[in-house]
Amino acid sequence: MGFLTYLINGLSLGSVYAIIALGYTMVYGIAKMLNFAHGDVIMVGAYLVFMCMSNTGAPAVVSIVISIVCCTALGMLIEKIAYKPLRRATNLAVLITAIGVSYFLQNMALLIFGSNPVSFTSVITWQGISLAGGQLKITGTAIITIITCLIIMVGLMWFVKNTKPGQAMRAVSEDKDAAVLMGINVNATISLTFAIGSGLAAIAGALLCSSYPSLTPYTGSMPGIKAFTAAVFGGIGSIPGALIGGLLLGIIEILAKAYISSQLADAIVFAVLIIVLLVKPTGILGKQIKEKV
Amino acid sequence: MLKVEDLIVNYGMIQALKGISFEVNEGEVIALIGANGAGKTTTLQTISGMLSPTSGKVLLEGVDITKIPGHKIVSMGMAHVPEGRRVFAGLTVLENLKMGAYTRSNKSEIADAFERVYESFPRLKERQNQLAGTLSGGEQQMLAMGRALMSQPRIVLMDEPSMGLSPIYVDEIFKIIQSISDAGTTVLLVEQNAKKALAIADRAYVLETGNIVLSGNASDLMNDDSIKKAYLGE
Repeated sequence: MGFLTYLINGLSLGSVYAIIALGYTMVYGIAKMLNFAHGDVIMVGAYLVFMCMSNTGAPAVVSIVISIVCCTALGMLIEKIAYKPLRRATNLAVLITAIGVSYFLQNMALLIFGSNPVSFTSVITWQGISLAGGQLKITGTAIITIITCLIIMVGLMWFVKNTKPGQAMRAVSEDKDAAVLMGINVNATISLTFAIGSGLAAIAGALLCSSYPSLTPYTGSMPGIKAFTAAVFGGIGSIPGALIGGLLLGIIEILAKAYISSQLADAIVFAVLIIVLLVKPTGILGKQIKEKV
Repeated sequence: MLKVEDLIVNYGMIQALKGISFEVNEGEVIALIGANGAGKTTTLQTISGMLSPTSGKVLLEGVDITKIPGHKIVSMGMAHVPEGRRVFAGLTVLENLKMGAYTRSNKSEIADAFERVYESFPRLKERQNQLAGTLSGGEQQMLAMGRALMSQPRIVLMDEPSMGLSPIYVDEIFKIIQSISDAGTTVLLVEQNAKKALAIADRAYVLETGNIVLSGNASDLMNDDSIKKAYLGE
């Protein structure tokens, strides 16, 4: 029963990684850049939910919706101010800017909320279910987190395949210039991608802090890096890859904590990543890039 | 139909187009010929809004489109088949064609466009569920052309459609260009294969290092001694 509990906790943590990884993978797929500030949008999202719930007493759902709206706007704003002027700049310039935005968000949060951790009230009040005569307890937070992740994945894959903006996203990720020739507004498509990724980050922030309730201005950075790892692990640019990468990473982390060593868990996670990339450099579901001359 | 006035395009310090002017009338096939680096691709990219000129004007049916962003030009009736085909390799043939109709929303019009494209390119229909990246070069060129036609343009710009293709495909591609023209679409064709281009064109312009150095009826140019020597290898 211990193993099953760990597995479910791993799936739950992995679901949060997967939702965050989506933001990395979609932005990479479409704008070909690594948005290292993405992890910090999660933190902003979590603080927004916290403030709404504790200061105004708003219900959890309303707080999350407000947080999603604000983070969506924040993501689009970051893209417009920091990244759009660099559309034709080198990758390195964009990368450094992203790191700068990340520090900016952390320090703004530090200025506003201070460095003391706040105790996040779970957005999920449901206690969960207990199976096998009380031996296997599954928390409501874990169940809701996993289900939310699956709904987001299915919804997003449907969106990309079946809607016009989704079609535009696929075209832009394949070839920006050719997309323009089809009549696709590339800037609007990139902006939309940031909007979706950042909105999802708000959800991820609320779910993450419901499981791990200590919230500080640095809360987003480690999950951000791990979710980025998950995106690379699953194959960066691939939506199902983000799901598989996220879930595997969560499970490996929890099992390593439980059976090997909680200090070594992160090292093990990254060791697995290195091994996967040595065997398959494009990640589990990554596309083999064929250069046709 | 299309008028280019005094177009100057700079890439940093290099002047790629030094003030060219030309005109494409409705229903014509116009060839733009010249050596590598003469500015042919730059001309087409500037017309379709992928590049912005330093000065000069592009008029489409009397409307100044010089400052209009590239993605808005498709719905004004102009399509561009880019150099190197640029099909969406990770999408299927069918999805590529759908992208070509991105600016259209009328379902029956899109169905019509599909029918016409499949009629002109039966091979695309056979391969509609195959990934575009797995097609041969000639098939990819057909797909790029079919994709451009999906927007039902009144004028098509084609950039080196015969580049890198086997002789059989080259003949086929030129036949298709002829039939696109026969169907009433105006064509502006950029080609290094001057012989083939002049054979189907009504008129032609010769570009040399950013200037138009010669223009005239295609049949006259074909018999011009300097053209024969420089571009036709005779």
